[in-house]
Amino acid sequence: MNKEELVSLYRQMLLIRVFEDKSAEMYAKAKIAGFLHLYNGQEAVAVGALSALRPDDDLVTHYRDHGYALARGLDARKVMAELYGRAGGTTGGRGGSMHIADVSKHFWGGYAIVGGHLPLATGLAYANVHHKTDRIVLAVMGDGSTNIGTFHATLNWAQLWRLPVIFLVENNQYAMGTAISVHSAVTEIYKKAHAYEMLSERADGKDVLAVHDAVAGLAERARSGGGPALLEVVTYRYRAHSMADSDVQRPKAEISEQKERDPIDMFLANVLVARNLITSDEVERIKKRVDEEVEAAVQFADASPEPALDTLYNDIYAQPVANMQIGGSLISPATLYTGNGKHG
Amino acid sequence: MAEITYREALKRALREELARDPEVVVWGEDIVAYGGGGAYAVTAGLAKEFPGRIRDTPIAEEAIVGVGIGAAMGGVRPVVELMTINFALVAWDQIVNHAAKQHHMFNGTIKVPMVMRSPAGFGRTAATHSQNFDAWLASIPGLKVVAPSTPYDAKGLLKSAIRDDDPVFFIEHLALYGTRGEVPDEEYLLPLGVSERKREGRHVTIVTWGRMLVETLKAAKTLSAEGIELDVIDLRTLRPMDLSLAIESLKKTNRAIIVEEGWRSIGLGAEIAASLQEQAFNYLDAPVARVAGLEVPMPYARNLEHATLPFADDVVAAVRAMMANKY
Repeated sequence: MNKEELVSLYRQMLLIRVFEDKSAEMYAKAKIAGFLHLYNGQEAVAVGALSALRPDDDLVTHYRDHGYALARGLDARKVMAELYGRAGGTTGGRGGSMHIADVSKHFWGGYAIVGGHLPLATGLAYANVHHKTDRIVLAVMGDGSTNIGTFHATLNWAQLWRLPVIFLVENNQYAMGTAISVHSAVTEIYKKAHAYEMLSERADGKDVLAVHDAVAGLAERARSGGGPALLEVVTYRYRAHSMADSDVQRPKAEISEQKERDPIDMFLANVLVARNLITSDEVERIKKRVDEEVEAAVQFADASPEPALDTLYNDIYAQPVANMQIGGSLISPATLYTGNGKHG
Repeated sequence: MAEITYREALKRALREELARDPEVVVWGEDIVAYGGGGAYAVTAGLAKEFPGRIRDTPIAEEAIVGVGIGAAMGGVRPVVELMTINFALVAWDQIVNHAAKQHHMFNGTIKVPMVMRSPAGFGRTAATHSQNFDAWLASIPGLKVVAPSTPYDAKGLLKSAIRDDDPVFFIEHLALYGTRGEVPDEEYLLPLGVSERKREGRHVTIVTWGRMLVETLKAAKTLSAEGIELDVIDLRTLRPMDLSLAIESLKKTNRAIIVEEGWRSIGLGAEIAASLQEQAFNYLDAPVARVAGLEVPMPYARNLEHATLPFADDVVAAVRAMMANKY
């Protein structure tokens, strides 16, 4: 990677960190509701992985998806507006934090049922083969998802059909609040792929270049017909599972120890500064621009209207059937008591 | 016009759509080699005609449906077969949380043009293999649910389902696979979401679908000899549900019975009865009645299984009771 590309990795990681901190602030102010799963501490994974892929490679992730959205180049303003549930959001406020997507950028969404998205990613990989493209799929999950049935059913299928998909396990060492030693019989997750004779590797998820290199190698292999692979990256999340959770299970000392190996600080010091690729002025300029970008995102989200009520029934079906009226029923709206279908 | 079986009608629909559109693929358990092509032989011979496009899958329904969804998102048109509808439970998360929700949740940017084919039914197969989930499936926004009762409907509706841009759950029935009916040799399509009058009569409206249509028509013959003529409406699609014809019929007969195979409580009959009284209360000369399956886990024993399920006799009894009562 050249200097610009390396500096860009830093800028992207910083953007995610600042964006997530601002999201937490907006959650505390009740601008954002429901579940909000923040990515602080894991930034090197999304940024390293996506920097190793082509922009037209397909991306499917878990619900901790803001970092992937930003690293894929989605507009921070639209991502923030989605967290707010506003019309200007990435899916018009329909999906919220856990379901950020932009199909035009081959980001097929964040998914909120643990492991439920893994077959979808594998199906997309089949579609790429069916259409004779050389695009590959990155399927991102957490360590907690490697115990559920869909994980095993999907690994078996992907390997059986030699589909071009990389399963990226972000092992942040906790499934919600349950430590990996408590939730998984196999704590070195990459070994689980061995059961399906699938190639697997393990990398330092705090090291953006290590993640980049590992994904680049597996992507090249998958793209040239070498089949699927599983990459485990060991990382750590600084905040609770979600903003709705307390974080009493994890020892405070463990969290502060983890923060000493911060992926953004380490990359800045050990790579950019150590190799004289950046000056302190440039760092300050980047920080300022990132702050401005996130501030603009908040302003955009604040100004964006809630979705219009009359759009509620839009897109339940892609192809309406004859005479379809409300909510998928053919009963005419005039006969419903309220006209909105809720009490009809 | 030739008489063919429901099974053959389905196979012809698959064959025609496979030949027409290279995006169509058919996946399922044991559909290539086993028993000549599928546990119920619907796909027999297709693998030879369309190499690589008919594929056996692992026994992993959550993956069969989930991988199908992903392929559909990517522009393929998978027809996935769940060997029996009981196994849909293993894939329930994929059906409800992904297939049905993708289009709306992602604001219309993702489509899932996939068909899930699966037979309901029974046959001395006991509690876990003799179920009917029509009502569960029909309650899910975003899903289209089709339940054809005749070979003609099966072919025309399956072809439309495959061409449809939404996820369609296509409910077949073990008891219908061997039934015969006239199916034209030339191509035709039937629209989803349109019910059909299968028999004209003036005394009682029967709203039904799937296997119970066959039982209802048997009952109609018996009752006709007694001077009672049933007006039989076949819903054909359970979601979105077209009740316009049923309501029109009720306004003529002033009596309605919903005939379904599934469990009675919280069944589709309850939903349809509610809709009928909402829209045609003043036309009713009797409370809307229901014929449905008994609410027990299906026993294996021959007599107990038979007692659990509704047949033509039950329809006859319900109609006689309704006609005998003065309101």
